[in-house]
Amino acid sequence: MSQTDYRDIALQGLWKNNPGLVQLLGLCPLLAVTGSVVNALGLGLATMLVLTGSNLAVSLIRHSVSDAVRLPAFVMIIAAFTTCTELLMQAFTYELYQILGIFIPLIVTNCVILGRADAFASKHPPLPAIADGLMMGVGFLLVLVAIGSIREIIGAGTWLANMHLLFGEAARSWQINLFGDNYRGFLVAILPPGAFLVAGLLIALKNIVDAHIQQRLAASRNQVPKTSRRVRTTGQIA
Amino acid sequence: MAFIRVTSPHAHSANSTAGVMRQVLLATLPGLAALTVYFGPGTLLNLLLACTAAVAFEAAVLKLRQRPVMFYLRDYSALVTAVLLGLALPPYCPWWVVVVGIFFAIVVAKHLYGGLGYNPFNPAMVGYVVLLISFPLEMSQWATPKGALVDGQSLPALGEALSKVFGVADLDGYSSATPLDTLRQSSGQTLEDLYRGAAIFASGRWAGNGWEWVNIAFLLGGAYLLYKRIFTWHAPVAMLASLGVLAIVFYDSGSSNSAGSPLFHWLSGATMLGAFFIVTDPVTSAVSNKGRLIYGAGVGVLVFVIRTWGNYPDAVAFAVLLMNFAAPFIDYYTVPRTYGHNKAPRATAKKVE
Repeated sequence: MSQTDYRDIALQGLWKNNPGLVQLLGLCPLLAVTGSVVNALGLGLATMLVLTGSNLAVSLIRHSVSDAVRLPAFVMIIAAFTTCTELLMQAFTYELYQILGIFIPLIVTNCVILGRADAFASKHPPLPAIADGLMMGVGFLLVLVAIGSIREIIGAGTWLANMHLLFGEAARSWQINLFGDNYRGFLVAILPPGAFLVAGLLIALKNIVDAHIQQRLAASRNQVPKTSRRVRTTGQIA
Repeated sequence: MAFIRVTSPHAHSANSTAGVMRQVLLATLPGLAALTVYFGPGTLLNLLLACTAAVAFEAAVLKLRQRPVMFYLRDYSALVTAVLLGLALPPYCPWWVVVVGIFFAIVVAKHLYGGLGYNPFNPAMVGYVVLLISFPLEMSQWATPKGALVDGQSLPALGEALSKVFGVADLDGYSSATPLDTLRQSSGQTLEDLYRGAAIFASGRWAGNGWEWVNIAFLLGGAYLLYKRIFTWHAPVAMLASLGVLAIVFYDSGSSNSAGSPLFHWLSGATMLGAFFIVTDPVTSAVSNKGRLIYGAGVGVLVFVIRTWGNYPDAVAFAVLLMNFAAPFIDYYTVPRTYGHNKAPRATAKKVE
């Protein structure tokens, strides 16, 4: 464990072991708050913050906590970071804090965070633990924003609506109306069934891409040069 | 003379998927005729649009899934889904409503789950429910039946209907509350007053003008399918029976709180369409006869509950989807006894050697 492959950590978090699409952890917020981009981004950032912080703290105390009580200790740490995040959101993005409601305190119960604390941070030094928390957090955030975008575009015909909740008044003009003002909105995308449908389709898409990559790798490995010739090692080549 | 020994069964049924589907299509004709007579050409346009869209989507998905296109198109299953959804949609609803509904029925509910025979939910009902929760305005505007039209008004002609479906003209003048809606919003009126006062009931006999005959026509089509032994009697009879029993229990002889008589529930909304064309779907219902009885009874109970205490125009689609969820569970507890055994096995019982 002397050398840490940060590239691998990033790849695991963002793609190969993505918490949203592969581990299927934290599905409750993934499905519940992705009705619009701003909600998804808000909760994604909060989760990322907690994940990175708790990974660091867990890694720092990993030698002084016995195995028997490690899970309660981790949960206490995560709860502390969640409370910090909640207070921060209350202070700076109050409206968004009210919209996200119960799902901010519920970050404590997000399996991604406890999972990474137990599976990675408690076995690695602080720096890789931070990297892992950050990358897992970004991976989760990206999935949240992707689902939020698709649901918002189909369900309401807008993209990046109400971004001022997160970025201040200047962001109010970011909203894009994709289908003009006459778009009726396809409610099912914003309702809970839409979350399941979009999440399922994204997972399918990832599997298709993976299968494609596999196929190309296999093809490139099996390539035999067409004009292979036996190499003479003795005598003279005419 | 050589006798060839053949084991049973000796009588072979010639029912192919395509044959069954053709019979079902044929049996919807009385209902379609009644809908057209009482509500004008709107349902015909629905069917036309739905069938075109269904064949197009089916062919496209089969192509994408690299399945033989013509082979699966010839089994008529996409057309049956389209016809059932087209019959359930309000006449003169905008064309995009039909297309979106068919997309969800064929692509999402049928092919994403693996195609015909693998879908856990009835495709037509999935399409209907998606539309109902997405476009409540369009889905709750039913056309006014012929007998309840105001003096001087007549059913829309074909050209007028076309302009409505494709969004040129507005439908407002031609839509009115269905009998189910009227009964639900009959604040403080006894059933007798309601039947005399509301135009839709006054011009009808049992359950509102037009609707009763539409349901009777679907009942006729269903009886034909029963006679042809396309399905067994268990599920539809159980559904109608449980719906009727609940309606009797809550009828309270027609006070202002009454939920409507059994006859009213049997002959309004999509009861008969549901009982004989939706509940009998071989793929999404329970498998054994006993299972079908439970499945049908469950649908009937849910229809009454959602109609009476719910807030949607009709309840058949929700009831069917909820029981689709329960069908595997019902099958688990109703495995039939095998010939030669005393006790029926559990579906997941361990084999004893």
